[in-house]
Amino acid sequence: MRMLDRKLVRDLRHIWVQCLAIALVLGCGIMVLILSTGTQRSLEATRKSYYEENRFADVFAPLTRAPRGLLTEIARIDGVARVEGRVVFTAMIDLEGRPEPASAIVISLPPDGRPVLNVPALRRGRMPRPNHPDEVAISEAFAEANRLRPGDRFQAVLNGQMRPLVIAGVVISPEFIYTVGSGAFEPDDENFGLFWMNETPAAAAMDLSGAFNDLTLTLAHGADERAVIAGVDRLLAPYGGTGAYGRDRQPSNVFIEGELKQLGTMATVLPPIFLLVSAVLVNMVLGRLVSLDRAQIGLFKALGYRSGTIAAHYTKMTLGIGLVGVLLGWGFGWWLGDELTEIYTRYFRFPSLHYRPGTAPIAISGVLGMAAAVLGGLRAVRAATALSPAAAMSPAAPPVYRRGWLDRLGGLAHLRQTTMMILRSLTRWPGRAAVTLFGVSGSVTVLVASFFTFDAIDLILEDLFERANRQDATVTLARPVNERAQIDALALPGVLVAEGIYAAPVRLVNGTRSRLVSLQGREPDARLSRLLDADGAAVQVPQTGLALAAGLAEALGAQPGDRLRVELLSAPRGTWEIPVTAVIRQSLGQDAYMNREAFFRLIGQAPQVNMIHLAINHNDLAALQAKVQETPAIARFALWSDIRRQFEDTLDESLVTMTVIFASLGMLITIGVVYNAARIHLAERAYELVSLRVLGFRRGEVAYVLVAEQMLLTLIAVPLGWLAGYGFCTLMAEGFSTEVVSIPVLVTRRTYATAALIVILTALASVLIVRRRLDRVDIVSALKQKE
Amino acid sequence: MSTAPSQHPAILRTEEVTKTYRSGAVAVHALRGVDFALYPHEVVALLGASGSGKSTLLNILGGLDCPTSGRIFFRDRELTDLGDDDLTEFRRAHVGFVFQFYNLVPSLTARENVALVTEVAKNPMRPEEALEQVGLSGRMDHFPSELSGGEQQRVSIARAIAKRPEILLCDEPTGALDSKTGITVLDALIEVNRNLGTATALITHNAEIRRIADRVVYMADGRITHVEENAARVPPSEVSW
Repeated sequence: MRMLDRKLVRDLRHIWVQCLAIALVLGCGIMVLILSTGTQRSLEATRKSYYEENRFADVFAPLTRAPRGLLTEIARIDGVARVEGRVVFTAMIDLEGRPEPASAIVISLPPDGRPVLNVPALRRGRMPRPNHPDEVAISEAFAEANRLRPGDRFQAVLNGQMRPLVIAGVVISPEFIYTVGSGAFEPDDENFGLFWMNETPAAAAMDLSGAFNDLTLTLAHGADERAVIAGVDRLLAPYGGTGAYGRDRQPSNVFIEGELKQLGTMATVLPPIFLLVSAVLVNMVLGRLVSLDRAQIGLFKALGYRSGTIAAHYTKMTLGIGLVGVLLGWGFGWWLGDELTEIYTRYFRFPSLHYRPGTAPIAISGVLGMAAAVLGGLRAVRAATALSPAAAMSPAAPPVYRRGWLDRLGGLAHLRQTTMMILRSLTRWPGRAAVTLFGVSGSVTVLVASFFTFDAIDLILEDLFERANRQDATVTLARPVNERAQIDALALPGVLVAEGIYAAPVRLVNGTRSRLVSLQGREPDARLSRLLDADGAAVQVPQTGLALAAGLAEALGAQPGDRLRVELLSAPRGTWEIPVTAVIRQSLGQDAYMNREAFFRLIGQAPQVNMIHLAINHNDLAALQAKVQETPAIARFALWSDIRRQFEDTLDESLVTMTVIFASLGMLITIGVVYNAARIHLAERAYELVSLRVLGFRRGEVAYVLVAEQMLLTLIAVPLGWLAGYGFCTLMAEGFSTEVVSIPVLVTRRTYATAALIVILTALASVLIVRRRLDRVDIVSALKQKE
Repeated sequence: MSTAPSQHPAILRTEEVTKTYRSGAVAVHALRGVDFALYPHEVVALLGASGSGKSTLLNILGGLDCPTSGRIFFRDRELTDLGDDDLTEFRRAHVGFVFQFYNLVPSLTARENVALVTEVAKNPMRPEEALEQVGLSGRMDHFPSELSGGEQQRVSIARAIAKRPEILLCDEPTGALDSKTGITVLDALIEVNRNLGTATALITHNAEIRRIADRVVYMADGRITHVEENAARVPPSEVSW
């Protein structure tokens, strides 16, 4: 080994803790990059091949009823590749040993049993055989949650008719990779399932023989989706089409898109912070090493070593730090990516989902990591090569201090001299102080952003379950009925309050922007399910005009006062111009609201309801559920306590894991920055500090100079981090919001305080570790070293 | 003012003190049994070649280091087995140090370097007063980097005496200075000794400087070889080297 390399190894051994701290920060950046882009690519690639192999449709269109002959006409629309008409409806499932019924979406299989589009993938058993009307294939998630196997039998209420069914097979479908029942926000595999059954019995149950009520199609290469959708809508309008939509509105696909977007946000927002901080740390530590090596550098040059050789020597050190960081990042990134993918497999039903990051993210992250380390060291390396041998071998000039504003401040405030030492050190080396400020505030930023997730979720939950939806249960009716039904509902066991709602599919159009949403007609004095204003206070649905969820208003570019074209996609169909009169706060789902009476007055019909919110006496729940099960008019019965539990279970698992990871990353930055800053401080000023010990200063008093400087910087960094953190949360809320979920930007005091506390304690622990070194410095030998 | 040592009990006293350092695999016997006493009001010069044990003895006297064997007393109080905290308190209350390389805090002005000590001392003089004693009234607000070597050393003397210590320990205070500047520093030391009665031990390997002391302790090879008493102290201005 060459002598310089031997020196390198020994130097590294001497400052390995500092180097490791930097490598860890760097590794975090690499890890997040590998984790997010790797998972994103795995998810994307798996989805792509699944969609292709199982022929996931491009356009979806629900309708009331159309004759099968219409399908040939639709196939003739320019740009349509393949068309399939199905019978799709909701059924209630009665499983043995379960008090409340589950609900399911039933999807018909063509007579030959082979769907052209959205082909289910068989997991167990076999597909229902043609001519076996009682056979069904059920979705895997529902089968697993209810421990159902091929051969098991159960009862289902199909359009009010009780029917015995037998499970032929268990399947998954590209249409339902992520399944959420109507009215729910999170997957509820136990209470919501999917059934595929032969067309003949399905059509017979719904009185749709020779007809279909659901259309899916694929587009020809290069086809214009908007034009096709317009064509489909035109053809389906007479048959109760509620508006065709593309993959960008298909619920399962939208959810996966959202997840991909979030991974993308994570990959672009977080790693730069870590890479930047590690570059700055390399600069700091290597700069220190070069100034320590000053005499040696002079000697090497005097001995005839070229500047390039010396530059290479120090660059190797940065490469070493970079390499360790990159390897750590790859390792942990791969491991976490595997774990995250594992979590995804529980929510996303793919034929197989494996973490396959691909070579590009690995290569790119490797290059970025090494570049951060090398670029970080550049200034120090340049300083090493710029030294002339003669100047290098003479000791560096002592630091020059000047009087200034600080002295007036010190005089006025009667500061102790040890405090003055701290303040002068900060003003003498502002760059160094800036590094610590930058790093620690970065740490606070990451923590605020991590805990903000909880704030957002809390607010969403509070809005959803405490402010907006105070009902205990919601009943979805099989078809709209006269509004008197809400009075009838009061007769059900245990029902205390009943509030009817009419939800209709509409397309809202504002200029060139349009959205397919649910328009809810509500009573103005509704007490169970309420609308919220921007501050979260309950507001009445306006007497006239539309109230839009803020996210929807933004998507449409609409403000109060604007008039929207409202296309009603259910009977009696028609188009009206309605002004927007209010924008409300709604985090989950993006709906439009109207006064029910005003709505029906507008469309010229007698008021109806198709959903009823209930406040119930929980003692009568069992009786209520039994009654619901035998009432054919009720398509679905959902308990809000179940919805909430499901919601919280899902969140707990993934969110807590991610938050713990990011909080640890945030803490690592503080450790890396404060530990290194304190080590350098100690190394440079050990002699000065020991002199204080000679003068009779106690250990604590001397340590004050070391500890207080770092803690002062930490305290200054905290509010800076709060500010940056808030900005960061805004970015995150934007990045994580999807068409379905709008993340509120609200950072609580609890988040700011927790982030600050963690950073302050972490900084204190880091500097106290260095303080132990100070305590161990032997006075006599330290004084000798100077000589 | 010269006071015969025997008239007062010693303020600092060592009995059979030895000190052995481990320097890698080698044991260095820095002190091999030293009996030494420092009396109130006197100025003692410690003279000897490099490595003779002067600095080690001074460090042990000042509570910066502990002897390997033997005992050390401050008046009647035994310092030998005191822990680090007690030695810190001892230094803080009773001892002033002056080193060859000044040991000033570069980020503090002359006045602030002195205030560093007066802030933690029990009955200190004002920093300005201490600086006046060493003839630096005009340079109080200068940083060390703005002062000459002699001025810096005088600041360090002012800092050492500002707490009115009973003992002043100086390790080659003029070692880094030319003779003219050195004399001003020695003048300051003698002046302090005269005004405050501080018992002063002064290491030097400059034989001429021994003339300003009451007693001269010669050291070689970790031992005191002999002690000389000067009949009269010579003012620093009459010494030259």
